[in-house]
Amino acid sequence: MIFHHLILRVVTKLLVGTIILFALYVQFHGDFSPGGGFQAGVIMAVAFILYGIVFSLESVKKVFPEWLVHKILALGVLIYAGTGIATMLLGYDFLDYDAFAPLHPTHGQHWGLLAIEFGVGVTVTGVMVAIYYAFAGRPPSLTDEDW
Amino acid sequence: MIDTLTNTVLFVMLVLTALAIVRMERLFAVVMLSSVFSLLSALLFVTLDAVDVAFTEAAVGAGISTVLMLGTIALTKPIAKRSRHTAFVPLIVVCVTGAALVYGTLDMPAFGAYDAPAQMHVGPDYLARTPDDIDVPNVVTAILGSYRGYDTLGETAVVFTAGIGVLLLLSGLRRRREDEDEEV
Repeated sequence: MIFHHLILRVVTKLLVGTIILFALYVQFHGDFSPGGGFQAGVIMAVAFILYGIVFSLESVKKVFPEWLVHKILALGVLIYAGTGIATMLLGYDFLDYDAFAPLHPTHGQHWGLLAIEFGVGVTVTGVMVAIYYAFAGRPPSLTDEDW
Repeated sequence: MIDTLTNTVLFVMLVLTALAIVRMERLFAVVMLSSVFSLLSALLFVTLDAVDVAFTEAAVGAGISTVLMLGTIALTKPIAKRSRHTAFVPLIVVCVTGAALVYGTLDMPAFGAYDAPAQMHVGPDYLARTPDDIDVPNVVTAILGSYRGYDTLGETAVVFTAGIGVLLLLSGLRRRREDEDEEV
């Protein structure tokens, strides 16, 4: 069984790291190039889903356990809303990122965008992986030959 | 000229893919073709310079939803059920709806028109103010994150709710089935 889909296994091991790296690039370079939290979250989730498809659901759950997925799903929304609360505590409007650097409003905007995009990315990664786990975790009615 | 050619070729391929999907019965092929459909739409978005949208379409439409569809097939059956109804009434409904939609587009501004309403109101304002207010080169990020931060928070909440909904539906069923097994 170890040699089952050998090429897919080798190529996946090469690709997963690259995909995660690309997701991080899209996440943190979103201010300068196309993309942002949503796209980065989806790409990050794709890395885990690809690993899960080629190896097995159990092996991907060792890397990214289900309880952790359920936690980060909510964590992202908290980061986003928390950024808004933080700006309010600093005496500005909800989600007015000027609060983070009153002397350099554009710097504050950069920090704010970075924070909320991170929140979006975390939630989207969590949701996509959670949905995949929910689908793949049910016992399939088809065997490999049925396809 | 080259734009028109690209758009025409892409749209023809899009329609051909859709027709092939309708004719197919093997659901594995249907899922693969719908992935192709998404990739073609992503290419169309690129020709419209909507790179962010193309990105999303390629990742979600061609990537994740294909995986989820395959997962669904694995839980159900690989062949579509033959319909016993005639296709006549649905055909009429589709034709009438299509004609209404085409009629609706006649009032819309021409493709790529500079004086389209979408280009006239807040758009130029955002473009003019972003360098001073936000100072990021990607105006899409500036609009989504700063000018429209509330909306994006709402969208994130929607994604979160959708995820919770799917989890409740699918994991709940599994637990109930396990309970039944224990009772038996």
